[in-house]
Amino acid sequence: MSEAILTPIEKKPIGFTAGVLAAAGAFAGLLVGTAQGSGFVGLVIGALLMAALGFIAMQALAEEMEKPVRWALIALAAIGGFFLGGYPGLILGALFGWFFGWFVYWIGLGRYRAHLVPYLTGGQVLWHYTFRIICGAIFVFLITPILVVMPLSFNAEDFFTFTPEMLRFDPEGYSLKHYRDFLTNPEWTNAVKNSLMIAPVATFISVSLGTLAAIGLSQSHVPGKRAIMAILISPMIVPLIISATGMYFFYSKIGIVGTYWGVVLAHAVLGIPFVIITVTATLVGFDKSLTRAAANMGANPVTTFFKVQMPLILPGVISGGLFAFITSFDEVVVVLFIGSAELQTLPWQMFTGLREQISPTILAAATILVGISICLLTAVEILRRRSERLRGLSPG
Amino acid sequence: MSDATAEPDKISGPTPDNALRAGDRADDGPVLAADGTPLKRSLSRALRAQKLRALALIAPLLIFVLVSFIAPIFDMLFRSVENQIVGETLPRTVVALADYDATSDELPRDEVFEAAYYDIFIAAERKEHTRLGSRLNYEQTGSSSLFRKSGRGIDDIGEVYQDQFEDLDENWDEARPWAELMGDPDWIAAQDAWGGEGRMPRFELRDGISDLLPRTAETYQIFARFMQTEEGESPLEEEPWTVVHTALYQDLLAGDVSGYTGPRADMLVAADALVESPGFETVVFRDAFEEIDEDWLNPEIWQTIKTYSPTYTSGYFLNSIDMQKTPEGPALRDEDERIYGLLFQRTLWMSMIITFSCILLGYPIAYLLSNLPMRTANLLMILVLLPFWTSLLVRTSAWKVMLQQQGVINDVLVWLGMVADDGRLVMINNQFGTIVAMTHILLPFMILPMYSVMSTIPPSYVRAAKSLGATNWTTFWRVYFPQSVPGIGAGSILVFILSIGYYITPEIVGGTSGIFISNRIAYHISSSLNWGLAAALGTILLVVVLVLYWAYDRIVGIDNVKLGG
Repeated sequence: MSEAILTPIEKKPIGFTAGVLAAAGAFAGLLVGTAQGSGFVGLVIGALLMAALGFIAMQALAEEMEKPVRWALIALAAIGGFFLGGYPGLILGALFGWFFGWFVYWIGLGRYRAHLVPYLTGGQVLWHYTFRIICGAIFVFLITPILVVMPLSFNAEDFFTFTPEMLRFDPEGYSLKHYRDFLTNPEWTNAVKNSLMIAPVATFISVSLGTLAAIGLSQSHVPGKRAIMAILISPMIVPLIISATGMYFFYSKIGIVGTYWGVVLAHAVLGIPFVIITVTATLVGFDKSLTRAAANMGANPVTTFFKVQMPLILPGVISGGLFAFITSFDEVVVVLFIGSAELQTLPWQMFTGLREQISPTILAAATILVGISICLLTAVEILRRRSERLRGLSPG
Repeated sequence: MSDATAEPDKISGPTPDNALRAGDRADDGPVLAADGTPLKRSLSRALRAQKLRALALIAPLLIFVLVSFIAPIFDMLFRSVENQIVGETLPRTVVALADYDATSDELPRDEVFEAAYYDIFIAAERKEHTRLGSRLNYEQTGSSSLFRKSGRGIDDIGEVYQDQFEDLDENWDEARPWAELMGDPDWIAAQDAWGGEGRMPRFELRDGISDLLPRTAETYQIFARFMQTEEGESPLEEEPWTVVHTALYQDLLAGDVSGYTGPRADMLVAADALVESPGFETVVFRDAFEEIDEDWLNPEIWQTIKTYSPTYTSGYFLNSIDMQKTPEGPALRDEDERIYGLLFQRTLWMSMIITFSCILLGYPIAYLLSNLPMRTANLLMILVLLPFWTSLLVRTSAWKVMLQQQGVINDVLVWLGMVADDGRLVMINNQFGTIVAMTHILLPFMILPMYSVMSTIPPSYVRAAKSLGATNWTTFWRVYFPQSVPGIGAGSILVFILSIGYYITPEIVGGTSGIFISNRIAYHISSSLNWGLAAALGTILLVVVLVLYWAYDRIVGIDNVKLGG
């Protein structure tokens, strides 16, 4: 849909406005009412309040009064919320006030049609916004668990739940002690150190071997390409528990279970599919005439590779490397099987922590990891755009 | 585009194809390349060089993956049928049991008990009998303690003979005389000269002694070599095991040593006379075994040994589908012992529910993302990619925080008054917890393939359908949805493959009713140590996954897997 559509925005009849607002008010009233003891009373009061509000805002006051009305609503709802539920109520009340202030004018002045094509029927408009709300709920489902972890990691108590102090926003309810524990407790610092020792080496192995193989695979005449590809991708497809079982049996036969190199080898293999996939995807758009041109001008294959091909596929290589790194950094099943007590990695520590003793230090670690993954996500996204720009595609 | 590249066959100019064709047609010999070789050969040589170069680039990685990944998988497959332990630990017994009818409810012949005596004695010295016991314990409860007990009590049999021989002549309980009787003189000299450095000279039997005293020679050789290799002791200084005395008794009873003239002949002849004398106390093996443990007189243990004596067994696979090997052939286990069928069913069923909920939640999101303006879609894409990039354990612990009884969801529900404080919902450590957490964890794997398919569907089709008078629903169902099905297929197979082998999340939020087959495999590897069963369960799971992988390859193509949008 283009931005040029201009749907006429007009004030809606008061019956429609009051009706919609009453329905929304009834829903909100039902929630608040249930929390306060009687859902039905809340429902009736909410419906009446919102209908009245709609009438006042649309009929009694001029449209220019929008700003003061919305501010007043926020203030009133915040005070009401404070009396009903203390500080959390105050915040929630203010949010309710802000939302309904916006909602009244959005409905009443017909702004909701502003971005839609003019010929839609009422039912289609309703469906359009219902669909948005459903999607919004799914996004909330996706992101809430990750967000909830963050405030909890500042808990002053050793609980996995919000304490009353935290809900009152009492500074006493918050502390950095779990972060202190994470940064000073040798169990955790050793785990971080092990993870940082294993992951880069495993990444290096999978990136260097994987890039070479991807270049080989991208050439036009490779016998048995499909079978080779299937073998190289298989570590991603075979369930980790099966890989771990097989590696445990086989690596104990050749005596590298519980050793640093055993874990590194296992992690390198698990990272290879990601490198292969990202690098071959980059090579699809690679212009072969560039290497021919380089050869034509007298560069030997090695120079051609490092001076011409490598800089162009570097974004793909790096993002494959990041995938491989995160695979190793986040891997726990294989480490549980073929690792040893001295090789406890960060995920191992978190896993045993979750299974045996519940300490919110896990949440501090989780928050730090979320921070790291945001950085990695940004890096991969930037690299992807750069790669597409280098290949002459418009960055999506 | 001109037609020159579209139809190479129609080009009349000099192209490689035309050159080859000309070469085929020409009567006056093949077309030659610049260096004088036929063009055909020259081209195929170039092609071969190119293929070799590509393979050389792939080879290091391929070898690496084959060695460190494919080989372990095959090792696991092998282990699921491997069963050498019975045959290796009880070699004589397995041979003696060859003609034993396991379906009859009778005890085996006395020779079997005799063979079992030698096997268990040697196994006990090598400390292998407990391993065998725990192996047989998977098939018949009580075997483990039976073998442990027998390992302790088996000495009693030989001591009867040892004591009598010793009473006759002290030398029968000395190391040196035994070594002179059994050992090769050259070996004794070499062993005497050995100064404690390097390898000991390997024990050799004296010529002719194994014809004279076959059992004794065999057991003594095992003893001597075991002392040399495992204990690092010289057989010249260690008195032999009592099993050797038993063997000597049997040899003397069966054979005639009167013609013997070698070293220590007088000792041997005296012992022979003692054995022939009526006062000599003997032991019946069957009674001795009964004394060690009455279970030995129960035919079941012999049937189990007989059933599991072959080197390869289908027993682990039968176990993993709730059957068991019986002398009559495979049979279903009792109703209350069947767990794996249930677990496989549950794993498949829950994976399907998870896949289905991922479709349900992923489809609207993918649709929204592919129909929004690029800029907004990219911003919202971050909300999908952030969980994708976040550590699995972080997300699992987040769900633990959310779902537990004192957790966030219950707190909110109680605060809203929807749930009474004493009636908090149980959402964790059951199937619900596993399904919710895994749907969340696998949802990005559904959204990303769907999104990449949906963003290729041209919006003009939908507009065309609408302009032809289709309702919204018809447009979606008859025009849009069929084009998005490949995305659903790709996402579903991916999510199903991933969820069927999941271990971490069910382990943490699944309790007992929400665990998968992988958790059982892990249990057998690390707790019950029944590795063969773990390997068999893993093999079945692997076959299921590979079939799906093959289907994925056929439908989507492995090359088309995309990561991160």
